[in-house]
Amino acid sequence: MDRMGVEICVEGLTKSFGHQVIWQDVSLTMPAGEVSVMLGPSGTGKSVFLKTLVGLLKPERGSITIQGRDITKLRERDLYEVRKLFGVLFQDGALFGSMNLYDNIAFPLREHTRKSESEIRRIVLEKMDMVGLIGSEDKLPGEISGGMRKRAGLARALVLDPEIILFDEPDSGLDPVRVAYLNQLIVDLNAQIDATFLIVTHDIASARQVPDNIGLLFRRELVMFGPREQLLTSEEPVVRQFLNGRMQGPIGMAEEKDAAQVEQELAQLADPAPDQELTPRLLPGPGITRPPRWQAIADREAALHRKEVADA
Amino acid sequence: MSLSPTGALRHSGSLFAMALDVVRTIFRRPFQAREFIQQAWFIASVTILPTALVSIPFGAVIALQIGSLTRQLGAQSFAGAASVLAVLREASPIVTALLIAGAGGTAICADLGARKIREEIDAMQVLGIDPIHRLVVPRVLASMLVAVLLNGLVSVVGVAGGYFFNVVLQNGTPGAYLASFTTLAQLSDLWAAEIKAMVFGAIAAIVASYKGLTAKGGPKGVGDAVNQSVVITFMLLFVTNFVMTAVYFQVVPQRG
Repeated sequence: MDRMGVEICVEGLTKSFGHQVIWQDVSLTMPAGEVSVMLGPSGTGKSVFLKTLVGLLKPERGSITIQGRDITKLRERDLYEVRKLFGVLFQDGALFGSMNLYDNIAFPLREHTRKSESEIRRIVLEKMDMVGLIGSEDKLPGEISGGMRKRAGLARALVLDPEIILFDEPDSGLDPVRVAYLNQLIVDLNAQIDATFLIVTHDIASARQVPDNIGLLFRRELVMFGPREQLLTSEEPVVRQFLNGRMQGPIGMAEEKDAAQVEQELAQLADPAPDQELTPRLLPGPGITRPPRWQAIADREAALHRKEVADA
Repeated sequence: MSLSPTGALRHSGSLFAMALDVVRTIFRRPFQAREFIQQAWFIASVTILPTALVSIPFGAVIALQIGSLTRQLGAQSFAGAASVLAVLREASPIVTALLIAGAGGTAICADLGARKIREEIDAMQVLGIDPIHRLVVPRVLASMLVAVLLNGLVSVVGVAGGYFFNVVLQNGTPGAYLASFTTLAQLSDLWAAEIKAMVFGAIAAIVASYKGLTAKGGPKGVGDAVNQSVVITFMLLFVTNFVMTAVYFQVVPQRG
């Protein structure tokens, strides 16, 4: 692989709408070429975080450094340049409703490059093949299912060979089987193009299987950000509650609960230990040649799994 | 829409800022010719028929009013002159403005608003494309062009309607009616009306685009944005019309 993605360095980021603080003092570094997942209960500003990363929203404080440039301080014109590094998959695909899938995916190429129509055709069909949409070129976004719209949105995000790909809730509104396919697709893509991935979601199953790093937003703060193993084995009550999808813990239905109630609930939990084991990681499919990074991950997973079998 | 004075000021400021952005972006290459032609065709197709249908009774009402007034004053020979003047100077820019805002502006606002809430606009910005350059400028130019052409249409249909009602229904004298056409009206009236129409077209499209691009809160948000865009456009158009008319009377010497 000639490209290794780029690192995203976020420091002390704070965003509010009017008097309402969405999150404050968020600091994290997404390592180049790795897959990170940002988790959080509904309404904690995950999508706002994503839009801030691409400069669609301006934060009140803090910096976002990509390739030595601070996104938050760029002028509009430079921002449009930097955005060419990004591919974003929006929640419903955000396809242009008046164009068919082929034109949607060709759109960035036609706008930003001087490629010939035959070369555009080759690239578009290659990306459509990657996401399994061959044969649907002439369909309009309104005529296809939500899952297909997401895959088409992903193909459009990939067409300019971005260094950073952001996914806004790729699993929302899809059935479990399609989510599994999409997760496999994300992992395969990461092995193939080596861009830096950030997935914003609240689907725990995906968060356990897919990423290198996990972050959790709660109570207007980034509770934790670190390697997958660290969060999956964390003793932090918020992290454990969220990753296990339980009612007992600091996260309430409407907002956070008071401390005494949380203590009581956690004490009532009979045996908090059994859900500690590490979910096996999702690996690139058999047809995909694994770059060194993924080979190392696969070896580690294999070793871990062998040990578990031996223990049993 | 908030009723707080700071909110109103902030919206006026953002609207004006977007208008400046549009002016600055008009000259940026490449010009979006395809979008411009599509939009001009679209706006024309939604406005031509209602405009023609509105301008016939509009011309008729003016003809009836002026017809009875001139008869009372015993100045029937001026009926044609007065009705041409009224249609050309005021009626046609106003009818154009109402239809450009009511039919063209709402369509623009609903279209952009729907794209905004479907995140298409965000997607476009992320793909490195400026929606002002790609979407708003072609719409503003298309709306200006169509407004100018519509103004011509309204003038012709309005005058023809006036002729029909005054001469055929009120038994006026065709010769006197036609001969008095140019006693009061002059060519600069036509130019002034066309300039007015062009400015109205620009205002309607800019307000509609602004409201569409700032729509939020789902489908209801788009509905609200369309509603507000019509109200704001009408207010702006009538104020602008007054100012432009006042300036016109100061600048151009009048006949008679």
